[in-house]
Amino acid sequence: MPAANVSFRLNGKPVQLSVAPDRTLLWVLRTDLGLNGAKYGCGIAQCGACTVLVDHRAVRSCSVDIQSVHGADVVTIEGLAEGEKLHPLQEAFIAHDALQCGYCTAGMILTAYDFLLRHPNPTREEVVAGMDDNLCRCGAHVRIVDAILEAAPAMRGTQSP
Amino acid sequence: MNRSPLSLRPGAPVQDEALLPTRREFVKRLGTGLFVWVVLGRTAGAEVSEAAHPVTVRPKPTGDFNAFLHIDENGHVTCFTGKIEMGQGPITSLPQMLAEDLDVSVDDISMVMGDTDLCPFDQGTWGSQTTQTFGTVWRTAAAEARGALLEEAAETLQVPVAQLSVHLGVVTDTKDPARKITYGQLTMGKKIERQVTAKPNLKTPDQFRIIGKPLLRKDSREKVTGRAVYAGDVRLPGMLYASILRAPAHGAVLKRVDTSGLKGTEGIVIVQQPDLMAVLHALPDAAEDALGKVRAEFEPSPSKLDDRTIYAHLEQAKLEARVVAQGGDLDVGRGLAVRRLSQTYLGAYVAHAAMETHTALAHVEGDHATVWASTQNPFGAREEIALALGLPIPKVRVITPFVGGGFGGKSFNLQAVEAARLSKATGRPVQVMWTREEEFFNDTFRPASVIKVDSGLDAAGRIAFWDYEVRFSGDRASEHLYDIAHHRTAAVGGFNGPPGYHPFEVGAWRAPGSSNNAFARESHVDQLASMAGVDPIEFRLRQLKDARLTRVLKAAADHWGWQPAKGPSGRGLGVACGQDAGSYVAAIAEVGVKDGKITVKRALWVQEMGLVINPAGAKIQMEGGITMGLGYALSEEIHFKDGAIRDTNFDRYALPRFSWVPKIETVILEADDTPPRGGGEPAIILTGAVIANAVHDATGVRLLELPMSPERVKAALEAKAQQA
Ligand code: FES
Ligand code: FES
Repeated sequence: MPAANVSFRLNGKPVQLSVAPDRTLLWVLRTDLGLNGAKYGCGIAQCGACTVLVDHRAVRSCSVDIQSVHGADVVTIEGLAEGEKLHPLQEAFIAHDALQCGYCTAGMILTAYDFLLRHPNPTREEVVAGMDDNLCRCGAHVRIVDAILEAAPAMRGTQSP
Repeated sequence: MNRSPLSLRPGAPVQDEALLPTRREFVKRLGTGLFVWVVLGRTAGAEVSEAAHPVTVRPKPTGDFNAFLHIDENGHVTCFTGKIEMGQGPITSLPQMLAEDLDVSVDDISMVMGDTDLCPFDQGTWGSQTTQTFGTVWRTAAAEARGALLEEAAETLQVPVAQLSVHLGVVTDTKDPARKITYGQLTMGKKIERQVTAKPNLKTPDQFRIIGKPLLRKDSREKVTGRAVYAGDVRLPGMLYASILRAPAHGAVLKRVDTSGLKGTEGIVIVQQPDLMAVLHALPDAAEDALGKVRAEFEPSPSKLDDRTIYAHLEQAKLEARVVAQGGDLDVGRGLAVRRLSQTYLGAYVAHAAMETHTALAHVEGDHATVWASTQNPFGAREEIALALGLPIPKVRVITPFVGGGFGGKSFNLQAVEAARLSKATGRPVQVMWTREEEFFNDTFRPASVIKVDSGLDAAGRIAFWDYEVRFSGDRASEHLYDIAHHRTAAVGGFNGPPGYHPFEVGAWRAPGSSNNAFARESHVDQLASMAGVDPIEFRLRQLKDARLTRVLKAAADHWGWQPAKGPSGRGLGVACGQDAGSYVAAIAEVGVKDGKITVKRALWVQEMGLVINPAGAKIQMEGGITMGLGYALSEEIHFKDGAIRDTNFDRYALPRFSWVPKIETVILEADDTPPRGGGEPAIILTGAVIANAVHDATGVRLLELPMSPERVKAALEAKAQQA
């Protein structure tokens, strides 16, 4: 496919690309844009390791075209902290040791971000249901849920959708 | 992670042409400071190797030490070890041990792990050996270093060693606290070398300030910010991404390949070798698209097995059985039995399915190769790469960034060899990152297994005899743990073969063999308990041999609030216990069964693992094992037919999810006077057994095959209803 101009905001900064518009967002991020935080786990929207935020919604970047984010606001795990100040979810994941190998972590945090925006005051069961389509092979589930529950109040205070 | 100048530097391959680094060369590279060489002696390599391809060359020059630590002029401590971090936590627990015996802050310790040029030889990270075998030796090294520094300080300050104290790397004269000197000052401009030999003064548990205290992971910040580097994140100028042509089935041979569809596709490089065909491009998605345009024809696989016929095939395999343990006389035992129970337990092929697929970036320049690989055995990978490229081993450097999960699967280094060969063929750096489909195809699966147990109860309701044969699971944790006079445990094949019996590669999977063995043994003992009409915990306690195992089982009953009852009680409660990697573990779980679907509601695991370095990390490993175990227990199974794998991604192969995870309680029993034992594996071995026993308690139905999928549970319930 011939290249097209695609422009969007990425972690707060404008980007302009000339790329084949049907290229996969995940690979454009990882190669053309040098952001490796989103991971490849399955390529078919089944694991969540590649999750990024597009206009504050969790999106599986392995399964969307780059052209679909034209004009959008894209945030990857690298852009979640403000400078050295971590996002409450990041803080909570550290405080709860909510990771082992860390490969699923970016996707977990960004999926939780989207979830908490829509469920600012969730129950444990709601967190479990909201995260159920993200896979973690190391079995960090219990702590991930703990971390999300802990981050919820702090996120209510800091974020506006 | 690394503050050392020699830490990971993607894009800066080492140009050093030296042969295997000797102590002298390590000293030369690092300049001044204190070096302590860690020698494991004969215990190293005593553990079972889980390498997919055993390392055949043990480098001589470095063979006399297995790790070392270095203290530089800033007092900063760096440990160099061939072990790797794949989530199991040595990046935290090793510094924790060192900090204790060296009296420095954990934050002043960095790790250089799994780099074959910078770290001395190591045979691989598996078998829960990192803390178990290395732990004491690391602590010994730290104590040795502390001793050496105190001697230096005594000389500098002109006071006897006994008069000195150390806190956070600062040595103080206790008689005149104004007189201080730091570790950094003591090593400045000097080269001090020590080797750990005799037993130095290790701190005793009552002196611990750091060991045994929960410590958060040291790598979290990098991992929650996306800064942690995995093999797939390393970039080199001019690199290509490879998509490799795979056969549709194991054993299928390539007949012809037609690349004419690629005409006009820009920027692609094709590598066509008899056993390796790949399309490469500067963009990974472009390489993948291009591979899709290649037409290839394969001969059908000669394999005619599928996931149902495999068990008869394995059962009939003509292979000599090895006796693992025996005692008494089975004929006498059979004579004593008033009731007999013979069962066959089956376990499916299971994938490792680490979230990171096998990945490597290779850069072959002239006669030197540098390879960043997701691997559990960088030194094994180095050897395989050297062999494939025809290079001397020292000309290959393998660097291991963070590994995104291993579980035994990343002791298999095919992707690193492929990357190296493609780099050599193209003259460019090449990344190979297996797709999930390739991962499911190339995995060294946990082998399907058949375990036969014949046993019986004597007139007193005790186990009269035990005749156990495990086929193809491996003999780890196969010995029964009970006081049985007449018994025999035998094994046929192992977790990695022998070759020629499985339709594809198999290999070590977290606690290889132990989960299947625990499933068979503890299911069987549970049936005997129920036949005897005795509460399953009481039944086990009556015949358990080992005091440590008895202790964990009793503790589990206490913590649970166990009310004795003979099974099936209708409550849905299961029990199991076992031993693995030197640790003792007992589990109790409560399940519900609805429409064939098993839900685990509550799970309690009690573990005794000797001295615990990091209780936080140990609990995480237990939770991880329990949770991961839900998969092999309930859903995970590789379906295949005629060499073709049918489950090629997570849409068909179901990993445990958030909603499957019960309320988990983990209890670690104190045993500070016992050396540390394995923590990454023991918990997982009981998940299958405890659930099977709980399902029986709930329904009266005995499940003999893993995984206990809804279809199997339904079928078993229907069969029971028909009998009634
Ligand atoms: S890689 Fe996108 S969901 Fe798995
Ligand atoms: S932490 Fe390893 S996959 Fe989740």
